[in-house]
Amino acid sequence: MVITTTIAADSNELLHSTFASRYVRTPVPRFKMPERSMPKEAAYQMINDELMLDGNPRLNLASFVTTWMEPECNDLIMTSINKNYVDMDEYPVTTELQNRCVNMIAHLFHAPVGDDETAIGVGTVGSSEAIMLAGLAFKRKWQNKRKAEGKTYDKPNIVTGANVQVCWEKFARYFEVELKEVKLTEGYYVMDPVKAVEMVDENTICVAAILGSTLTGEFEDVKLLNELLTKKNEETGWDTPIHVDAASGGFIAPFVYPDLVWDFRLPLVKSINVSGHKYGLVYAGVGWVIWRTEEDLPEELIFHINYLGSDQPTFTLNFSKGSSQIIAQYYQFLRLGFEGYKRIIENCMDNTRVLKEGLEKTGRFGIVSKDVGVPLVAFSLKDSSKYTVFDMSESLRRFGWIIPTYTMPADAKHIAVLRVVVREDFSRSLAERLSSNIEQVLEEMESLPIRTSTKSATVSGELENAEGKKVDKKTEREIQEEIIQYWRRLVDGKRIGVC
Amino acid sequence: MALSETTLDTDLSVHSTFASRYVRTSLPRFKIPDNSIPKEAAFQIINDELMLDGNPRLNLASFVTTWMEPECDKLIMASINKNYVDMDEYPVTTELQNRCVNMIAHLFNAPLGESEAAVGVGTVGSSEAIMLAGLAFKRKWQNRRKAEGKPYDKPNIVTGANVQVCWEKFARYFEVELKEVKLREDYYVMDPEKAVEMVDENTICVAAILGSTLNGEFEDVKRLNDLLAEKNKETGWDTPIHVDAASGGFIAPFLHPELEWDFRLPWVKSINVSGHKYGLVYAGIGWVIWRSKEDLPEELIFHINYLGADQPTFTLNFSKGSSQVIAQYYQLIRMGFQGYKNVMENCRDNMIVLKDSLEQTGRFNIVSKDVGVPLVAFSLKDSSQHNEFELSDMLRRYGWIVPAYTMPPDAQHVTVLRVVIREDFSRTLAERLVNDIQKVLQELDALPSKPKVSICGDDNKVVVKKTALETQREVTTVWRKFVMERKKMNGVC
Repeated sequence: MVITTTIAADSNELLHSTFASRYVRTPVPRFKMPERSMPKEAAYQMINDELMLDGNPRLNLASFVTTWMEPECNDLIMTSINKNYVDMDEYPVTTELQNRCVNMIAHLFHAPVGDDETAIGVGTVGSSEAIMLAGLAFKRKWQNKRKAEGKTYDKPNIVTGANVQVCWEKFARYFEVELKEVKLTEGYYVMDPVKAVEMVDENTICVAAILGSTLTGEFEDVKLLNELLTKKNEETGWDTPIHVDAASGGFIAPFVYPDLVWDFRLPLVKSINVSGHKYGLVYAGVGWVIWRTEEDLPEELIFHINYLGSDQPTFTLNFSKGSSQIIAQYYQFLRLGFEGYKRIIENCMDNTRVLKEGLEKTGRFGIVSKDVGVPLVAFSLKDSSKYTVFDMSESLRRFGWIIPTYTMPADAKHIAVLRVVVREDFSRSLAERLSSNIEQVLEEMESLPIRTSTKSATVSGELENAEGKKVDKKTEREIQEEIIQYWRRLVDGKRIGVC
Repeated sequence: MALSETTLDTDLSVHSTFASRYVRTSLPRFKIPDNSIPKEAAFQIINDELMLDGNPRLNLASFVTTWMEPECDKLIMASINKNYVDMDEYPVTTELQNRCVNMIAHLFNAPLGESEAAVGVGTVGSSEAIMLAGLAFKRKWQNRRKAEGKPYDKPNIVTGANVQVCWEKFARYFEVELKEVKLREDYYVMDPEKAVEMVDENTICVAAILGSTLNGEFEDVKRLNDLLAEKNKETGWDTPIHVDAASGGFIAPFLHPELEWDFRLPWVKSINVSGHKYGLVYAGIGWVIWRSKEDLPEELIFHINYLGADQPTFTLNFSKGSSQVIAQYYQLIRMGFQGYKNVMENCRDNMIVLKDSLEQTGRFNIVSKDVGVPLVAFSLKDSSQHNEFELSDMLRRYGWIVPAYTMPPDAQHVTVLRVVIREDFSRTLAERLVNDIQKVLQELDALPSKPKVSICGDDNKVVVKKTALETQREVTTVWRKFVMERKKMNGVC
């Protein structure tokens, strides 16, 4: 008779299937590091399983940021994942690839550099860092100029539209620059060049125009701004420069609107930033900032690192970071070329048009975005009495779509829009599916009785309070819904940072 | 008779990449090429060029992690298309970041209750972390001075001259004066007494380093705390401490738990650590933890409206990848306290093996200490014939990247070679390195002394003719000295 024994030591844990192992029975550590290690398969499985509850990045129609790249590029990314970008001397080829990208983008923006001259620019982690660097350069240049003139330099300000992305407000707050915002008006959701130039004073370090406004995708009229500012500069002698925040538009305009003059072809534009991870078609984590010439980047901001005895000039906020995205950006330039980017953006524009026409057909929406601009559709409900765009956004989540709703900044706060961004991987069939899902949701919402009557209809019983009056008993769900609606409206009233 | 024809352009993808047209033309360098090329060709071209980069795992210059388990690589690739900042769309990823913050805060003994959430954030690296911490100090100090009706336009920060270049960046970009405590020979970290002497009413904080970049030493944060507490009592300035634990933060708690350097000291208000150094994650992640909510001024926090939900954020970067945050969480739960301790102990053992072998050659002075970051910093006892830079150059031939640095003021005459021991630097590699160093020493010794060739000039005087190599060396040496004497340090990393 063989006596069976229970499996003893911990070392046998690995033989069990992960799901039956001890590690899935105990709660996941949340506040403190666990004392002991666990097998790598268990760790992988646990994290993988939790992450299943994240949204699907490709159905995230809120974001401009790229969510799909070719498998060949994924391979390149994985092989360079352990290269620390800042080790320039150890990885000279990677550094060279960054320089090539800078040159290519500078030429794309018509920077006044000779054919073999190197452009002035740098790769960053995103447009936020790029904008901070550009802003720093302007601030320092302006301060030096004022010091030389013997004037005060403690109150710098920057003029932008109220539609500006939150990173400009960050720049202003962290670097102690005043933000002078040109307010929007209903129907005009970008910065008005005339008003902007009026607001310029002697303390203005630059005027920031956006090519591809976050909310509606519109391109601001940089040419007009340049003309008006040139005139003002002639009168005042302040030499106020322009910065173009082309985070989204920088990789759109040159390919589909080559005649639109917005870049270094305009003499007052001194620096431009663009996000490689938006329409540069790279995963999150790379941006670029290009300066017109050496004079526009004060030497004192540049750090010279002594690496193995050789001199390396750097100007970034971040230091160590991965090299993968830079290599991926170069891959895209090489692989797609000018014609490839053009084709992709044209496709996005077509799909945008299809979606827009589908929405217009329902007759319920007002389209807020323009045709010329970033391929996105921003739309609001013509009649929000029965249900709002917030309700629609929630209902669409059921189908898997993530579509955000935003209220416009001052002075158009009463307008709320849904915004769908059309990226490279949002195909025509997905656009048609989205249209039909939206129609479905509309039907559902129309058929619901209006809110107040719904409340009374679901009341489970009537109570009599102390005075004998009949009081509606609210279900928990109704109370929750009331609170959520109240809270939402309260939060909307706060300063909106839309992304 | 069949006439042969040349193949059309469309056939190109059928040819082997190496014979295709794209490899015959030169690579675009300044302008985006007009036409697309097949993806296989693009991959191959870039892959081939990158072969000439150094091998990351032989890069002994860097603290930054160069190897992770395949399971983790899988998680990284799966999340590569998630934009970290979309908190509402990816709530689990956001939750994982919060868990990491909590775990690291507890590791640093932050004064938190059992289920209280810590105050901290994930960053792209210690540079961003330091800038955020510095910003918080600057704003707090400004608010206090405004309330007291005193001037607040000349903030300064006190650190050692051994400080990493990102502190100088912070100072320069955010307009804070950097007051550096100079080093001296044999004392390569910040002297707490001198530091506290330099503190004045405009000092926003004193920054101590746990794991000095140059020789891995831990600064005496406890002593600094005690001295500063005394001074604060006298002056009432309440000057706080920030600990830059970029390297040491994931070493001290495991190897030296009794060392008091973190939030156990009352004047330490914020700590930064690099997840991508001894946190054992690839480049691109750092952490900053504040002691409590009071140490992070509310006005610096941005409230983003995401789909109607309020999201507080305090970072310089906005969009970035989520992979490294997930990888950090993976490491924290996969390894646990025991796992990290094992890895650090291994690193320390390998460091001692390397150090002992180098001492045995009799040619080197060891500049690094035993307690600190596992690295070996060493200089030549006799650098008259050949110096450390030459040694470093020659080691490259064997594939090793071992950097040479000169110390910051006032010890600029000391040059060291520095080998960082990471998790993936095994005992066998250590022994191989020592072998190769000995070979290089032999080669350098065997180089003939400067040859003298006499020429009779017009006036019959003997003139020493220099070889091309000597001239080159002279020029290089002069240039190097010139570069090193320039103001603004050797930013060593």
